[in-house]
Amino acid sequence: MSSSDIVDIELELVLEAIYRRYHYDFRRYSRGSLRRRLQQAAERYELRSLSALQERLLHDPSFFGALLQYMTVPTTEFFRDPSYFLALRKQVIPILRTYPSLKVWVAGCSTGEEVYSLAMLFHEENLLSKTIFYATDINPESLEKARRGIYPLESIRRARDNYRLAGGRGSLTDYVTVAYNASSFKPELLRQAVFSDHSLATDQVFAEVHFVSCRNVLIYFDHELQNRALGLFHDSLVRQGFLGLGPKETLQFSSFKSAFETVNAPERIFRKVSV
Amino acid sequence: MTAAAVDTVVARMRRRGLACVVIGASAGGVEALVKLLPSLGDGRAFPVLVIVHLPPEEPNLLPDILGYHCRWPVREACQGETVAAGTVYIAPPGYHLYLERDHSFSFGLEAPVHFSRPSISVLIDSAAWVYRAELLAVLLTGANEDGADAMKAVQESGGFTVVQEPASADSPQMPQAALKLLEPDLVLELDEIARLLALLTSGDA
Repeated sequence: MSSSDIVDIELELVLEAIYRRYHYDFRRYSRGSLRRRLQQAAERYELRSLSALQERLLHDPSFFGALLQYMTVPTTEFFRDPSYFLALRKQVIPILRTYPSLKVWVAGCSTGEEVYSLAMLFHEENLLSKTIFYATDINPESLEKARRGIYPLESIRRARDNYRLAGGRGSLTDYVTVAYNASSFKPELLRQAVFSDHSLATDQVFAEVHFVSCRNVLIYFDHELQNRALGLFHDSLVRQGFLGLGPKETLQFSSFKSAFETVNAPERIFRKVSV
Repeated sequence: MTAAAVDTVVARMRRRGLACVVIGASAGGVEALVKLLPSLGDGRAFPVLVIVHLPPEEPNLLPDILGYHCRWPVREACQGETVAAGTVYIAPPGYHLYLERDHSFSFGLEAPVHFSRPSISVLIDSAAWVYRAELLAVLLTGANEDGADAMKAVQESGGFTVVQEPASADSPQMPQAALKLLEPDLVLELDEIARLLALLTSGDA
């Protein structure tokens, strides 16, 4: 048996240990990326193998909290892929406008940048006060950051171009209060968002929503888990509700290919087919 | 390196049977690939995965540019797609590209590795994990050190390694960084790498 076969066994055992001990289910996550990130964590904590990492995580809950930061990927920014937000403004907002009240689910919201980007967009379209954003993630540290809504001023400044490309009509700095090089989003944005812990791998649908935005989350899942997540979105959406995915994510290889129609193919915006 | 040395290594590769070829390049890479890919012949026993550092642009024109010079179909890799023999896959700009045990692609937005996303190291390391001894990894021209550590991983898992002769490369740093870490099976100029690919895909293999 080669050393890479042994790493495979260790990897499966680590994921099983995490599931049984902490009820986080990474067993249907893509292995390519997860193996690399867990090996990096082992190296960082000077553990000589994934087996040693497993021993530590079983006996030391605080270590698992740290490990979770390696297992989730918090890459996000305000108005990331501005063309997506521009397409929402042009093709989705006009229809959402016709509902008396709106619910939006941002699944895998990480540190919250996408939620606030959407809230700003909805504000400029005069929809914010009738919208509730449900923002969910499995990483409690990320959720806490998202809930606080405080970001380095630099990250707001960096987003200026994206904001403009996304069709932004005001100034980003209008939305924040700046103090000590940090900017916090104003209460009128914050109070429309509910942040909570939710796993696409183990939890169920919790609300009926008009729009689900889940970007660059499915790329970390295998086919079966992608199907589970898409099933939750499908069940959660109202008839003819909208689904937005990341630029490289597709329904093509999933069981939900015919359950959605395409609104904007390059921006990965879909609409639940009414049956 | 002599033609005889190339022929010996090719004979070993054929005996073992390659399951995958992965090619990494950075600065000067598009020009190098335009010279390399026309040599792919009618023996289509394995896929070729290509990763070049390029700024993220939409649409990604590289598959069209390289496809024009190649008899094999050239496509951007899709999330979840199973790798097929006789196809050239290009890593999409902006994402790390991984292979899964079931020979499908997965993507990641982890932080850049060696200042690069996609990183050559990430893809080659992942291919080494999946294909082990049945992998050929080729590292071409480049102005950084991406890929070198993964070439070492390929060698450690029993796969074949070919590095472009740095003096013949548009930018020598990347092949040089690899040569500091390992002694590859072959160090070749570009036209010799083209001949190697032609032999591996000659159709009578």
